[in-house]
Parts: sequence; C-alpha cells; structure tokens
Amino acid sequence: MNALAPLSGLANGACDAAPVIQERGQREVFCGLTGIVWLHRKIQDAFFLVVGSRTCAHLIQSAAGVMIFAEPRFATAILEDRDLAGVADIDDELDAVVDRLLARRPEIKLLFLVGSCPSEVIKIDLSRAAARQSRQHAPRVRILSYSGSGIETTFTQGEDACLAALVPMLPPAPENASPSLLVVGALADIVEDQFARLFDVLGVAPVRFLPMRRAADLPPVGPSTSFLLAQPFLADTAHALQERGAHWIEAPFPLGAEGTTLWLRAAAKAFGVSEARFDAVTSPARARAEQALAHYRDALAGKRVFLFPDSQLEPSLARFLAREMAMRIVEIGTPYLHRRHMAAELDLLPKDAPIVEGQHVEKQLDRCRAARPDLVVCGLGLANPLEAEGFATKWSIELLFSPIQGYDQAGDLAELFARPLNRRARLEV
Amino acid sequence: MQLTLWTYEGPPHVGAMRVAAAMRGLHYVLHAPQGDTYADLLFTMIERRDTRPPVTYTTFQARDLGADTAELFKSAAREAYERFSPQAMIVGASCTAELLQDDPGGLAKALDLPCPVIPLELPAYQKKENWGASETFYRLVRSLAGARRDRPLRDCKSCNILGPTALGFRCRDDVREIAKLLAALGVDVNVIAPLGASPKDLTRLGDADFNVLLYPEIGLAAAQWLERAHGQPFTRSIPIGVGATRDFIAEVARMAEVDPASALETNDSRLPWYSRSVDSTYLTGKRVFIFGDATHAIAAARIAQDELGFEVVGLGTYAREFARDVREAAARYGVEALVTDDYLDVEAKVAELQPELVLGTQMERHIAKRLGLPCAVISAPVHVQDFPARYSPHMGFEGANVIFDSWVHPLMMGLEEHLLTMFRDDAEFHDAAAPSHLGEKQPHRQPSAAAVVSDIILAWADDAEKELKKIPFFVRGKARRNTEKFAAERGLSTITVETLYDAKAHFAR
Repeated sequence: MNALAPLSGLANGACDAAPVIQERGQREVFCGLTGIVWLHRKIQDAFFLVVGSRTCAHLIQSAAGVMIFAEPRFATAILEDRDLAGVADIDDELDAVVDRLLARRPEIKLLFLVGSCPSEVIKIDLSRAAARQSRQHAPRVRILSYSGSGIETTFTQGEDACLAALVPMLPPAPENASPSLLVVGALADIVEDQFARLFDVLGVAPVRFLPMRRAADLPPVGPSTSFLLAQPFLADTAHALQERGAHWIEAPFPLGAEGTTLWLRAAAKAFGVSEARFDAVTSPARARAEQALAHYRDALAGKRVFLFPDSQLEPSLARFLAREMAMRIVEIGTPYLHRRHMAAELDLLPKDAPIVEGQHVEKQLDRCRAARPDLVVCGLGLANPLEAEGFATKWSIELLFSPIQGYDQAGDLAELFARPLNRRARLEV
Repeated sequence: MQLTLWTYEGPPHVGAMRVAAAMRGLHYVLHAPQGDTYADLLFTMIERRDTRPPVTYTTFQARDLGADTAELFKSAAREAYERFSPQAMIVGASCTAELLQDDPGGLAKALDLPCPVIPLELPAYQKKENWGASETFYRLVRSLAGARRDRPLRDCKSCNILGPTALGFRCRDDVREIAKLLAALGVDVNVIAPLGASPKDLTRLGDADFNVLLYPEIGLAAAQWLERAHGQPFTRSIPIGVGATRDFIAEVARMAEVDPASALETNDSRLPWYSRSVDSTYLTGKRVFIFGDATHAIAAARIAQDELGFEVVGLGTYAREFARDVREAAARYGVEALVTDDYLDVEAKVAELQPELVLGTQMERHIAKRLGLPCAVISAPVHVQDFPARYSPHMGFEGANVIFDSWVHPLMMGLEEHLLTMFRDDAEFHDAAAPSHLGEKQPHRQPSAAAVVSDIILAWADDAEKELKKIPFFVRGKARRNTEKFAAERGLSTITVETLYDAKAHFAR
C-alpha cells in the first residue's frame, strides 16, 4: 500500500489549488449495489434484480434497513454451486428467474439486471441476457443491465452505471427541436418539483429529469439538449449524454444557497435568461434559504469537520460547510475525484483543505484522531466506534437518503450537521 | 440460482465475523472486494458496538484483478498483524475472493507471522451464516485447545459455556443468567466462548470437566470435537422456558455430580403462577405459529404448549442443518415442519393458518405486521430492538419471565377482552377500535382463506352478516373463516344465521 502521494496542481491546474492526495488501502465504503435502495424508490415501476451472491442480498437488505418494505422492487438471484460448476446453464437459470419474477409482478415495466462482483468475475454477460429477455418480454417490459459490483463501482457510482444504461434507450430529440434542459441525477420528488417550478418561472423550458419517475417517460435527448448534473458522481452518464450530442452545463452542485444559485444561474445563462430576471425569480427562495441557514450558523461556525470518503458529494459538502456555515475543513475524503465535473467546486474550496482521493481507513482514522475534529462525517461502520472515542459524527448515508438539494432544503442540510453537536450539548449523561 | 427477496442468514464469512467480533485478541483478515465492509455496520449499528469488528478487508477492485490480488492479501495481513498485534488470526475469503482462488491460508502461512494463523474454508455458494460461525468456532477450538491433558485439581467441577456470539439473539444476557444458575449449582465456569473469550482462553478449554452448549447452531461442532478429543461431555437441554431450565439443571447436576435442589429452589420464575392466574385463562388454546432458528423455535413450541396453554399450529425453521430436530418436534405437536429459507413461503403459511400469535424472527414480525397479527421475536436474525438496554435474557428462570411478558403483551389481556365485549357498542370501544395497548390502528384483516380455496361463491345473508358483526372483532375473523369453511365443506351457497351457529357448534373447543 502506497505512502501518501501528493499530486500537486492536478486538481485544476492552478498552483494555489488544494493538494489532492491519493491513498490506497482498505476502503470502508459501500459498493454500487447500494444505489438500488434509492433508485427503486425513484423509478416507481422499475425492478432491480441483482445477479450475485448471498452477500449481495445481505448487503442490500442491511443497507436498506432490515425489511422496511414488505415486498420490495429489488431482489437477488443468488448464484449457487451448481451455477458455478456449470451443472446448471446460467442463461436458462436466469431466464427462469426473470420469467417467474415478471409473472409475479405484472406492474413492472422496466427491469434492470444488476451485475455484482461474482457475476463480473465469472464473466456472466448480462447485457446479452438483457437483450435476449427484452425480445421475449417486449413490449410489456424493457430489460436493461448495468454493473453495481464493488470491483467496478463505489457506492454512488451504481447510480451512474444505472443512468448510463438508460441513456441509449432515450428517444432522439427531433432535428429541429427547440433547446431543452435535462436535469441528471436522482433527486427527491419534492426537490425535483421545486426545481421544475423555478425553471418554469425563469422561462427555462422544457425541463426534464433523469431518472424519470415512470419507465415510459424517457426524456428525449439530442444536440438541442443541455444537461445539468444534480449529483457529482455521474461521469459515465454525462459521457453517454455527450455522445448523444447533449451539452453539459458546467456548474457547482445545488447544495446550500450558494450552490443552488450557481447551479440554477448556469442553466439560466445557457437559456438566455437575464441576470435581472434571474435575481427577481430566485431572490425570495434565496432569502428563505439564508434565513434557514442563519439558525445553524452559530452552532457550526468555526467548528472543524473531517469528511471520510463515501458518496463523492464530499467536496461539495465541504464547500457548503466552509463557505456558507464558516466551518473549518480538516480533510475531504472522496472515493473518486472527477476533476472535470468538480472543477467549479474545487475553485470555491478553501485552499488549505486537503483532498484525499481513495482510502486507507486505518491511516485515515489515525489522522482523524490526531486532528481531533469537532465533527466527523463518516459511514455507519465507523460512526458508533468514533462516538465511543468521543467524536461527534454525522452518518454520511443520510446525505443520500434525505432531500438536501435546493434552496428550501439548505436549512435541512445544515441541520444534519448541527444535530449531532446539538445532541451532545443537551446530554448530561 | 435462487430468487431471494430477503435472507434469514448472511453469507458464511459474516458468521465468521460474528465469532471474531465476539472475541478479544483475535483478528480476521478477509480477502474481499470493495463493498463487503458493509458487514461492519451490522455490528456497530444493530448491536451498537462501540468498536469496529476486528476485521481487515483487502477491498480489491477491478484494477487489482489485473495485478496481484495475492500480494494485496499478504500486505493486508502483514499490516493487520503489525497494527493490532492479535494473539491469533483467522484468514479467509468472501464469495468473490473464493472465485479468485488466491488461497489466503497458504499466503498467510508463507508470511510466517509470529502468532497462530487459522485458515477458514467457508464455501460461500453452498453454506450460510450460522454454518460459517459454527465452522469458524470449531476451527478455532481445534487449533487452539491442544491435546488432552490432566485437568487441574479443583474443589468443584467446572464447565465451559459454548455458543454465544456477537449478533446472537439475547446472548449477552443469556450468558449472565446461565452463569448465575451454574453458580447456584456450585459449578465453576472455566471459559465462556466465543463471547468475551481470547485465543489464550481457548487454550484452557480442556481444563473443564464438561461443556454447557447453549446454541447448537454455533457450538455443536466444537462441543462434539471437545467430547472426542478432551473427553468432555456436553449438555443437550437448552434452558429456554421453565420446564427446559429444570431439565437443564438436572442434566448439569448429573454431569457435575452435585445436588440440583439448591438451584431448583432458587427458581424465581413467575411464569408458572402467572400462567395459572385467572387472567391467563384467555390464553387457552390461542393458535400460535413459530418460526426461527432450530434451537429457539423448538424451545418456543414447548413453552407455548406446556407453559402457556397455547396450541402450536405451525412450527418451522430456516436452519436446514437442523431440519431433522425441528421435524421431530413438529411431529410432537401434530403439525408438519416448515423448513425453508424463502420468506414468501413463510408468509404464505402464516396467511393460510391465520394464527392468533406469531413467534418468529424480525422477518416474521414484518409478515405479522402486514397480516395484522400480534407477534413476538424469539430468534435471530436480529434487529436493533433485540438488544434492549435492560437485562433481558431468554434463558433460565428470568428468561421465562421475559418470555411471558413479551409473548403475552401483544395479545389482548383477559379482563380487557371481557370488557371490550361488554362495552362493544360504546363509542370508545366500537368494533373498529383496537385494544388500548396496541395503538390506534385497527389491524388490516386479510380475506379469509376459505373463501379463496373454495370454488363456490359464498354469500352471507344480511341477517347473518349482522349477527357476525355482534361477535367481538378480535374473534370475528376466525368466526368468519370457520363459518365459510364449514359452509364450503357442506356445499352451502348462502350463509344464514343458522349456518353461523352450526359452525360455532362444530368448531367449539
């Protein structure tokens, strides 16, 4: 395992940029299968069938919280010895599982076959299986495949792989279509609706969202499409959209009042909305966000925060916490740093906040203990042990499961970080 | 290929983690891809552990597959030893690493680490969590307990307690309760393992005269080996419930050559009296469905029938390794055992049987919630609720008290049932009102099974429907079901008031 290797200046080419350090070792992160937990809620008539092991099934049920949905829209086709030994024909077995599943769930319109570590290692060709099954079940069900394996994807990259699999299915926008906006990345429905209303008042139209809420509502895409990334972990999806001729609108991500403003403004500018109109439309919501943030600034200002790598949201969160909540950043861990998509964020980050890409969890814990931050943002495997050592922690998974983007969630986002500190202040035991 | 929505058991390496996390001074190096670290949160969140499980994962990725994953394993094992200085290490592979065939055992041996390193072979595509825990514990005991030797001279007999692990159902408190019982019998406890034991402690296992086996799913293989290799007999009775606890005391007394009287006298269980007190008459013949691991399910059936006066209408397990034991037990209650790890099979069975109480795992709790049935949890897989802050054993006499409360509270109290019948027309006690202690929502009633299985369309006459409504709601579902079954069997197409009462007489018990 390598020692720390600073790659100075690689982040954005500027010599005063924050150092980006690459680290290798044990990674305490989820694999891409975990994205199913929110994706199956988002696309309401889609089903996610993991082709994997008992570990995969156990992971999803544990990450989702044991059994909160009685019969969920996800399942695992568990590989057994006879599948590996070649006694059973994997194609036949998989077709039988899919037939049984679709017979049982007639409401399903879109099925994802999701690859896992074992299916990757034994090289099961799920794209071929999906094509074969699609022919059989068309037009009732469309069947696609992507990989959520831990050897290919880290946590939120599962969503990227899923959305990238959807892109080739999107209908082409007509040649003479007027410009349209596509917002890419799963957002809570309530956040999506807020953004849709804002764009509507701004006069940015039509606006569509990917992932869509229903399988039939695939947004068209083509050279007339511009897209905004609502999440920072969508490298492959963005690439696939660009291949279809769509234009990426560069912006920071819509976390906090400032992030939301910069994100919306980038789109408004691309659609020729005047600055005056933009200010007039967004100022009431901005004022509300500012008011909400002010409640938490006293609790957070000056406090030192250490972010463990989890979702790739970390640089954006650090930017929000540093610039809007006046927190001091000790370390920004991130599983990957997409330098191009993150460039706008990196420009805004304090220059003394080290960014660590990758992970060696033991060394990172050593650094965290030595730095004694006031707040640690980390996964659930680390949170209670760190609390027991006297650190206040914020579970990072909540940042994926809760609506945090946009003006009207800015206060909620700040509150997520303020709550652990507030709780510690209250407890007398 | 098996289609799975929810699993009762995780993969076998999670079983190994349950052993490693239970022990002190042991470290587990697991060859596993990125993402398998999710298992840490089972321990830190469900059990609220204040330390990380002692596991180092290699967390290899695609780029490592092209390079040298074996080298990655070796450096992870070396670093883990240097950082944690464990007394012993276990090494193995998770499902994906098993496919790579890197041989963690051989690699670790080549490292020549200055501590015992025990390789684990846990076939992930055949076996499951409990087997993995059992195999791990067996390997540890076999590797560390050494050869048979003379036992140290003691004033009294001593025993080991085998089987409790991390993430086990009430293990933490069961061990305390059983240690108390053994103390009352004048028996020393030599080692408790795996929970709380170190590898060094395992080297002392042979010093005991016999073994107390609390959880056969985890400890049987180790106990059998110790019997063969160290001549230590082990206990067969599992002290869950008053009767079984008495049996256990008698068995321990025989092995330890002590008088069981003192321990039996300290019996402070309230269960026998509570069960005989008049409020409990309403428990008589309550139809109960039981599902769990074999140990807890079999024990629960005995308590249900013999100590609470319930009727066991279904008994099953997800533990295929112990299917024979559960089948034998089921035969005693005149039911066919349900042996399955498919949650949908269990749900279908519960829906079919419409029991009045479900005793199961967290999975059955959700099934029961969906079907509107009362439920108590008796077995792993566990949930954060199964680690209560208070002392709450499942074993021994105090365990029997806990069982009485936790099984009876979801049901209607006897006097309350009586009063609800008296006041059923009162606004507060109207038919749709649930018992006061069950919250405000009336459980959702499933359509009765009889109406579904029969081809004849059964119609209820208006007056019969009205009469049915006069029956208290908590038995109305059963009355409807029985009447429809009765009518269907006789080929009746309309149910009248007469049919209702004919059926009542027919099913009277």
